[in-house]
Amino acid sequence: MRDRIVAFLVLLPSLVAVGIFVYGFIGQNLWVSLTDWGKNPAQALALRPELHFVGLENYRELFTGFVDVRFRQSVVNLIFFTLFFMGGSLGLGLLLAMALDRGPKGEGLFRTVFLFPMALSFVVTGTIWRWLLQPQGGINVLPTLFGLLPFHFPWLTTRQQTWVFDWNQLPFYTALAVGLTLLYVAWKAHQEGERKRLFWSLLSSGVLLVWAFTLGRTTHLLPYPEPHGFSLALVGVILAAVWQMSGYTMALYLAGLRGIPVEVLEAAKVDGASEWQTYRHVILPLLAPITLSAMIVLGHIALKIFDLIFAMAGLDYAPTDVPAIYMYLLAFRGNQFAKGAAIGILLLLLVALVVIPYLVSQLRKEVRR
Amino acid sequence: MEVGMRKWLLAIGVALGLSALAQTGKLEIFSWWAGDEGPALEALIRLYKQKYPGVEVINATVTGGAGVNAKAVLKTRMLGGDPPDTFQVHAGQELIGTWVVADRMEDLTSLFRQGGWLQAFPKGLIDLLSYKRGIWSVPVNIHRSNVMWYIPAKLKEWGVTPPKTWAEFLATCQTLKRKGLEAPLALGENWTQQHLWESVALATLGADGWNNLWSGKLKFTDPKAVAVWETFGKVLDCANKDAAGLSWQQAVDRVVQGKAAFNIMGDWAAGYMSTTLKLKPGVDFAWAPSPGTQGIFMMLSDSFGLPKGAKNRQNAINWLKLVGSKEGQDTFNPLKGSISARLDSDPAKYNAYGQAAMKDWKSNRIVGSLVHGAVAPESFMSQFGTVMEIFLQSRNPQAAANAAQAIANQVGLGR
Repeated sequence: MRDRIVAFLVLLPSLVAVGIFVYGFIGQNLWVSLTDWGKNPAQALALRPELHFVGLENYRELFTGFVDVRFRQSVVNLIFFTLFFMGGSLGLGLLLAMALDRGPKGEGLFRTVFLFPMALSFVVTGTIWRWLLQPQGGINVLPTLFGLLPFHFPWLTTRQQTWVFDWNQLPFYTALAVGLTLLYVAWKAHQEGERKRLFWSLLSSGVLLVWAFTLGRTTHLLPYPEPHGFSLALVGVILAAVWQMSGYTMALYLAGLRGIPVEVLEAAKVDGASEWQTYRHVILPLLAPITLSAMIVLGHIALKIFDLIFAMAGLDYAPTDVPAIYMYLLAFRGNQFAKGAAIGILLLLLVALVVIPYLVSQLRKEVRR
Repeated sequence: MEVGMRKWLLAIGVALGLSALAQTGKLEIFSWWAGDEGPALEALIRLYKQKYPGVEVINATVTGGAGVNAKAVLKTRMLGGDPPDTFQVHAGQELIGTWVVADRMEDLTSLFRQGGWLQAFPKGLIDLLSYKRGIWSVPVNIHRSNVMWYIPAKLKEWGVTPPKTWAEFLATCQTLKRKGLEAPLALGENWTQQHLWESVALATLGADGWNNLWSGKLKFTDPKAVAVWETFGKVLDCANKDAAGLSWQQAVDRVVQGKAAFNIMGDWAAGYMSTTLKLKPGVDFAWAPSPGTQGIFMMLSDSFGLPKGAKNRQNAINWLKLVGSKEGQDTFNPLKGSISARLDSDPAKYNAYGQAAMKDWKSNRIVGSLVHGAVAPESFMSQFGTVMEIFLQSRNPQAAANAAQAIANQVGLGR
């Protein structure tokens, strides 16, 4: 009992500090996002601004307002950036780790070389890669070293988009994606024989899919079509980000590979597994927890990305916009504090979506132990 | 020793009743002038220290062109109730729409009366500084936005003359393209594209139309205003495709290297070419008002204001007096590469470009720049970048005009 009191007293200062400076301010930010701060210029920067509660108006404007088209493109950019960045870093990191795991000559040197970019800040990485991606230099003239013609891709300055879709179809695609995921969960549950989970996931998936193909097709967020897509200017940013973070995933995977007991690998060999089969059925499943934690770390970096894009393309270039940049523009240039706060809350929710399931599963594991 | 001296001087000053020497305490000047522009500010601060040796000046700069970072820092300071004694701000709506309407600034009309500044500054400038019968900041310099830069020797080689209207410009552009010049107009990143837009808009709408746009009398969706975007689109077809990746200096470089014929940029380009590139104004490089804007001076100005609750109010007022004086302006501007806002400054202190600009400043009709904060509040200005992005992505004049009008309605432009 006394131990508990002492422990509580020791923890108290940090609890209070975290309570005020983290949760208190999150709460304040949430409140600001529900007000009209910034709508009236006379109140925007007054010494004691008068704020009025407007409910979810700021959020509604962000997703369906005429002038916030840039926010919607930034969300699309963020999703593509996160997917490619995570995929690229994990894939490249795993390949590098597998190569180094075979113990080539100078392994220590290569390990350092691959890990080194992580020591740089995103601003430095961004500046270097901006130079490398200049249309008339850097990467584009690389082929001329081998007597080939230079590339002509304008990297960061292109305005091209691919996979263009109409924003109005967002409800349809969201319902479709979530429905199909739930269907997959149901299939898994079926395999594992968990009948309760099978029932619920099958039911909710069914409802979502039915909605998507009936009402979902006619639900329109905007009265006019608004095309959004994957901006090719992001390819350069993704390259730089993968370059920076793949060393980190390599280190994680390398530790994981080294941690696999030799007995398991030998047992697989005795059973007559080919190299590919060993990877597919023995090594990769054992690396799954590492992949998960790497995804969490990379995912939250990707969702909060600001500095890399700031350094590579600046704040004013919409094709590489992400919500964090638009938030800065709205709040600190346009004095639209409430709308900026709303974007902040949306980003928090996105990161929470990634982190909280992970934390919950970790906690459960600990309790089980 | 130093401190002892200062105390003595102080005592003598008080004894003699010299108010200037008696002035003590601190003065915090908040600005974004560092790097290339630092020496001009430092010269002005030296002058201030000569006059008021008892005052400790704190030069608080936050780097970043056009104050992109400084303005964010200033906003957090002001919201936290910790205003600097005086701060740099673009004269006009950038000050008025953000700080004056929020009741954070002191009216400086009496300072203007005392200094005789109502006559010293042109009326067009006073109008831009005024709001609700008050004058809210002291301009320290003037830059011109609507200038077209070229290299005379190159134009001669190509056999073209600087175009006088945008129609002529487009014809010249075709001629140059036929001669193998891929992009006759050099253009840089997003804000320089907006900068080009304001020159096109001024030419298309005229000075009155331009002013009506900002007072809300002319709608962005008016066919006249939509026509601006149509011309702008055609002008963009004459420009380089990699614009987004170039800074304004790199765009000027294209003209100097002969890869492009023209560049529309503010007259800080003159400072860049004469100081950094060591070219002779009027000989190695030349200028003209941007097409269709002859006789109109589209200005922008850095100014200093007095926030309410400044801790060292009297020191700040003395600073503002110095900033507005002939001596102060002629110390600052030759180093900054801008011209004095006053009509009575000394031409001998300025280079060939400065002298030409001073002549226009006295004789031309004066209007304010959009991109550099004179005519529209920040809430509009910051979202105009989105309008530009909509146009660049869709190349649809009507869509851009609709978006601009929607933002104007949202922020209550002209109200």
